[in-house]
Amino acid sequence: MPKLRKPKIPDAVVPPPLRKPAKPGSAGTPKGQAPSDLKEAPERKSAGDKMLEVGKEAPIDALGWVDQRLAASGFLTGMLFRKVPKGTNWFYTLGSATLFAFIVQATTGVFLAMFYTPSATQAYSSIAHINNEVPLGQLVHGMHKWGSSVMVILIFLHMGRTFFFGAYKYPRELNWVIGVVLLILTMTMAFTGYLLPFDQRSFWASIVGININGTGPVVGPYLSDFLRAGPELGATTLSRFYAIHMLLVPGAIIALIGAHMYLVVKLGTTAPPWVKAQRPKVAAPVAPLEAGANGNGRVNGNRANGSPVDGEETSA
Amino acid sequence: MADEQDKTNGAQGSPQVNREKPKPPGYFEGESMTRRHAFTIASQAIGGLAGAAIVLPAVGFAVAPIFHRGKERWEGVGPVSDFVEDTYRQVVFTETEGIGDAGKTTAYVRKSSADLGEEPGKFVAVSNRCAHLGCPVRFVEAAGNFICPCHGGVYDFQGKRIGGPPVRPLDQFQTRVTKGQVEVGPRYSVTSQMEPVRARDPGEFTGGIWEYLYPPRPSTFPPP
Repeated sequence: MPKLRKPKIPDAVVPPPLRKPAKPGSAGTPKGQAPSDLKEAPERKSAGDKMLEVGKEAPIDALGWVDQRLAASGFLTGMLFRKVPKGTNWFYTLGSATLFAFIVQATTGVFLAMFYTPSATQAYSSIAHINNEVPLGQLVHGMHKWGSSVMVILIFLHMGRTFFFGAYKYPRELNWVIGVVLLILTMTMAFTGYLLPFDQRSFWASIVGININGTGPVVGPYLSDFLRAGPELGATTLSRFYAIHMLLVPGAIIALIGAHMYLVVKLGTTAPPWVKAQRPKVAAPVAPLEAGANGNGRVNGNRANGSPVDGEETSA
Repeated sequence: MADEQDKTNGAQGSPQVNREKPKPPGYFEGESMTRRHAFTIASQAIGGLAGAAIVLPAVGFAVAPIFHRGKERWEGVGPVSDFVEDTYRQVVFTETEGIGDAGKTTAYVRKSSADLGEEPGKFVAVSNRCAHLGCPVRFVEAAGNFICPCHGGVYDFQGKRIGGPPVRPLDQFQTRVTKGQVEVGPRYSVTSQMEPVRARDPGEFTGGIWEYLYPPRPSTFPPP
């Protein structure tokens, strides 16, 4: 396979900090010509040309206006043009894929909520109404229903990638912990969402799920009562699950995704385990032991022994 | 030198000097903390109070149902003459109000039998809720057993577990006779010795140490 030439990124797209500085002597003008400002004045432009010029500049001006107030371009440049390690491959997109699945769930969920009634007596008929009568209702409901499975599958694949690539290790442990919380929240979403259609499958699956939860010793029975809002699955159980499903957990997920992605950008990603760390071709000269030491050949040893040399004279 | 200065935070000057604490700005005569410190503590305390005023009622609101016991509910399921000793009759009645058909539950009712060591003249109402995970069991007349479709739990005629994953016998409902009508009331669970205890959720053991590991919930009714 012939090696493709790397396409050159046009200068206008590359943000100034990453742009290669122009070589001296080649700045804009060809050699031997006077700089442009020394040439004769440009001919007068027509009104149309001026309008065109203003129109061309307008988006940049608008962006500049916003950026002057947000000062976001530095951050965005750092984030979007950050370096990724050698060997980065398609497995690294599983996290973004999970995020995309979440965005699909959030979007379709908002529109489903416009037609859904979280009441034990009307929930089933409102879902039937969405599926049978609302234009594209079946599609949106289907996206939400199947999308939930997609999100659960993707989040597990993402977790597997992180685990098998060893990407949970120092300094990324906290991001692993946040990810596990996100996994639990995703499972909570799947569990609470399952009841909402309130058909036979939802009803019995929720009963079984709550009862499994109740088998935890000591706190289990109370946790079940909390989930059901009473000793039996009742009228408030559905609204409770609905509130957890669309108000409580999504907020927590959005906040934690923010923290998760902040840490990804902050700490960077890992190389795959099969990519060996490259040694520098010429080994850095090893400083002789005496060079950095205070005469006795020990740099930090004194402090470790608990007898600071410096302290002896001052504490007397 | 650097270490020593770090420890003293650099505020006390040269270590050789007498270490009496100089009056830093912010202290006034007889004060044990700076005003800045006092105001920090005060504002944090007020903020904490304001936060608690919001969070505690909300949490209490969500948690309250655990401690709430609904009204005791009795429902007639048929005249006394409908029920016999040697087989069950299936009855459907409302256990949870306000959610239509979803609040209904099924019980299998028969007359108590002296042959099984039960007090005669009473009625036995066995819940169809499997003691494994709450699927609906069915009484199979030919076998004389209750059988669960989900994971193969099997119970004998009295509701005692004889096979499969269930952890205890089937739950029962309290019964009474009013004006010739058999009425079923609150649910209760039984131990493997058929002693009544407060209702437990499916999957929870009863009797012995399990009474402490799966404590009775305030939302259930005392057993008969």
